[in-house]
Amino acid sequence: MIVVNEQEMAWEAGMTVQDVLDRRKFSFPLVIVRVNGELVRRADFDTHTVEDGDRVQVLHLMSGG
Amino acid sequence: MQIRLNEKSTEVESGISLFELVRQHKPDADVIIWNGYPVSQDRPLSPGDRVVLIKRGEAPSRDELEALLVARHTPGIQARLKASCVGVAGLGGLGSVVAVSLARVGIGKLILADFDVVEPSNLNRQQYFIDQIGQYKADATRANLARINPFVGVVAHRVRVTPDNVVELFGEADVIVEAFDRAERKVMLAESVLTQMPGKPLILGSGVAGYGRSNWIQTRQEGDLYICGDEVSEARPGRGLIAPRVGIAANHQANQVLEILLGELQDELSERE
Repeated sequence: MIVVNEQEMAWEAGMTVQDVLDRRKFSFPLVIVRVNGELVRRADFDTHTVEDGDRVQVLHLMSGG
Repeated sequence: MQIRLNEKSTEVESGISLFELVRQHKPDADVIIWNGYPVSQDRPLSPGDRVVLIKRGEAPSRDELEALLVARHTPGIQARLKASCVGVAGLGGLGSVVAVSLARVGIGKLILADFDVVEPSNLNRQQYFIDQIGQYKADATRANLARINPFVGVVAHRVRVTPDNVVELFGEADVIVEAFDRAERKVMLAESVLTQMPGKPLILGSGVAGYGRSNWIQTRQEGDLYICGDEVSEARPGRGLIAPRVGIAANHQANQVLEILLGELQDELSERE
């Protein structure tokens, strides 16, 4: 089990950050992802694996200012 | 007896009248404020009265302005704000408003960065004037802040913020405010600050477009990251950026700056007790 934006989600071995985004249907290209408080760069979404018990924060930044 | 003259505690002779005080301290004053009211008649003064003497068009000295801010903000708070440095990345609808609020508050040093110039379309929400069209926003903001409080230290860079210069620009800041317009720039700054200056408080703006729904705009904290906005209202055709809502979000950001800076003060004080 992992926690994504305060909601529980089933964990699978080998799951990457991109898998988490896909399963939660985060389709926005411009997101900040932190796993246990550490930033994961966008370039590493496909390779950075998520471990059981991890806390994932996904923050969608949108234009306007 | 003690009164407050131009926000400073001042010893005056007992029973002195208001106009005698004016003659002694500022004979050329043309506006006299007595306990919050403009007055034109003489009257005896009592201990604790507050008198402000104004000559129209005359700027207060650094000491006078400081005393005025202390009187409004209380001494411990003002000392902390004066010793603080805040970075503002981008000087559009968010950043130009944040900069004005923080200058009014009397933050000691503001580091501003924007490579853009003022365009006519900016005037619908950004803190610029029609005669500043075509000026660099960095220069225009510096000029505007100097008109509000010339004693705030303002370093205004006409520069595009990139991952390569973010530490050089904002390393000194106690807090950084992200105030870009485009989402790609917001992500660039967030990634740069989180990786190159971990632990530095960063206040993002996200979801500020449109009008109405004032109370959807909130400040949400995730560790050292703060997100101001409704996180839904993206700017797009049909949902533009309009002064009130962008201004609400900008002042959420400015207010969060104060909470970060002054929250630390309260912690220090509680440790001393």
